[in-house]
Amino acid sequence: MIQADSLTKYFGPIKAVDGVSFKVGKGEVLGFLGPNGAGKSTTMKTLCGFLTPTAGTASICGFDIVQNPIEAKQHLGYLPEGAPAYADMTPRSYLGFIAGIRGLGGSARAERIEKTIELANIASVYDQPIETLSKGFKRRVGLAQALLDDPDVLVLDEPTDGLDPNQKHEVRKLIREMAPQKAIIISTHLLEEVTAVCSRAIIIASGRVVADGTPEEMEARSRHHNAVTLKIDKDSEAAAAEALRGLDEVANVQPRGGGVLIVYPKDGRSIIATVNDLARSEKWPVQEVYAERGHLDEVFRDITQTAA
Amino acid sequence: MSNIWTIFKRELRGYFATPVAYVFLVVFLAVAGALTYFVGNFFGREQADLQAFFVFHPWLYLFLVPAISMRLWAEERKSGTIELLFTLPISLPQAVIGKFLAAWAFAGVALALTFPIWLVVNRLGNPDNGAILAGYVGSFLMAGGYLAIGACFSAWTKNQVIAFVVSAAVCLIFTLSGTQFVLTFLAGWVPQTIADTIASLSFLTHFNAISKGVIEVRDLVFFGSMIVLFLIANSIVLDLEKAE
Repeated sequence: MIQADSLTKYFGPIKAVDGVSFKVGKGEVLGFLGPNGAGKSTTMKTLCGFLTPTAGTASICGFDIVQNPIEAKQHLGYLPEGAPAYADMTPRSYLGFIAGIRGLGGSARAERIEKTIELANIASVYDQPIETLSKGFKRRVGLAQALLDDPDVLVLDEPTDGLDPNQKHEVRKLIREMAPQKAIIISTHLLEEVTAVCSRAIIIASGRVVADGTPEEMEARSRHHNAVTLKIDKDSEAAAAEALRGLDEVANVQPRGGGVLIVYPKDGRSIIATVNDLARSEKWPVQEVYAERGHLDEVFRDITQTAA
Repeated sequence: MSNIWTIFKRELRGYFATPVAYVFLVVFLAVAGALTYFVGNFFGREQADLQAFFVFHPWLYLFLVPAISMRLWAEERKSGTIELLFTLPISLPQAVIGKFLAAWAFAGVALALTFPIWLVVNRLGNPDNGAILAGYVGSFLMAGGYLAIGACFSAWTKNQVIAFVVSAAVCLIFTLSGTQFVLTFLAGWVPQTIADTIASLSFLTHFNAISKGVIEVRDLVFFGSMIVLFLIANSIVLDLEKAE
C-alpha cells in the first residue's frame, strides 16, 4: 500500500535522501531506523507529499504523491516530527477542523471523533488549549489527528518520543492493534521499539537504505546472536571454560568473572542444547543458562558507522 | 470550496482565540476615530460626509494591516503546523485563499465596527449615503490589497516581526507612489509614461477615486488584480520556502 521508488531529495547540493526504495503492505509495520540526520524525517516528508522529490516517486494506495497528491493524502494519516498542532485550539476544535478537511460529516463524524478520543486516550484534556498540554498529551493529540479518518496508511515520525514508559507502552499497543488493517511506517531511534512493534525494519544512513529485514534477521547479524550465557560455581569456572572451548560448534568462550561465561557459537549456530548437555554430563552446578537473540544496537552501530 | 470554508473558519476563529484580535480592534477604532476628529477636523468642516474619516485609511492600514497578516504563514512555518496542513488532503490554493479570506473578513469586521461614525453623520445632516457606501467598499478593497501583500511576505519568513516590517515597507511603496511628493520628484527626469505607470500602481490614487463616491471598473480591477497577483506570489513563495 506504500511504495517508494528511488525516492531522492536534494536540499541545494546536499543529498538528504538518496534513491530510497521500499514497499509496505497491509498488516506490515515498518520501522525506520537511523542516526539523527540520516534522512529519516526527510524521507517521510517526501513520502507524505510535504516535500517534492527531486527524483523518483512514491505512492500511497496506488495514488502517486506527485501526480495525485489529494487522493494519496486522503488515504494517509501522518504524524509529523514533534507532533505540531495549532496551539490556540483545544483538541475538540482541532479534531473538528481535521474532520472538516477530511470531509467527515453527520453521524460518521461524531462516531469517528468519539472513537479517536478513546484510542488516543485524550478525553481528560479534550477542552484544554493544546498549548497548555504536557508533551505526552500533545503527542497523543497529534496521534489522534493522524488516526481520525481511520486511514489505510499511517506514517508516524517518532510517535513515542517524549512519552513516559507507560505511555510508550500504550502507544505501541495501539500500533500493534491497528497493524492488521493498515500499512504503518514509524521512525524511531529506540531499538527496543523495533522489536516491540515492527514486522520489518529499514536502517537508513546518509540518505541510503543500508539494511532491510525483519528484526530477527537484523539481530542474527549480531556477534551475540545465539551466544549462550552460563552462570556456574566460581570454582568450576576455569575448568568449564576449557571444556567448552573444546566443543566443535564453539568459537570462543569469554569469562566475565563471578562464574559467568559467555559462549560464542561458530557461524551463529544454536548451541544452547550442546552447552546444556555438556554441563549436565560434567555435573557443573549451573545457576543460570540462556541464549541471546542478538544485540540490535550493536548491529545498528556496525551498519551505520561503516556506511557513514 | 468546502476545504476553503474549513480553513477560513479555523483561521478566523484563530484571530479571536487570542487577545490580539481585541487589541487590534480597539486600536483600530481608537486611532481611526482620533484621526477623524482631531486631524480630519470632522466637526469643524461642517460637511455631512465621511471624507475626514476615509482620507486616513491608507495610512492607517499601512501599519495595521501588516499586523493582521504577519501571522498568517509565519506562525505556521515557525510552529511546524505547515507540515500538517500540507499533508492533509487540500491543495495549496485552497489553503492560501482560505487564510486570505479569513484575514480579509477580520479586516471587514474592524471596518464594520466603525458604523457609529456613519450614524453620527446621518444624525447631524443629510449625507450622500451612496458615496459613503462607496467609501466603505473602496476601503475594504484596499485592505484586501494590503493583506495580499502582507500574506505573501508572511509566507517568506518564519519571523512575524520581519513579516510585519517588510510588509509595511512594501505597502508604503504602493501607497506613496501616488502622492504629489513622489510625482513631483519624478517629474522632469523620468518619461511621462513611466511616471504615469508608477502613479497608477498607487493604492492611494485608486482609493481616493472610489472614496469620492465613484466606483469605476478600473479601480475595482486594480484592487482585484493586486489581490490575485500577490496571492499567486504567496503560493509560489510557500512552495519554495515551506521546507526551510
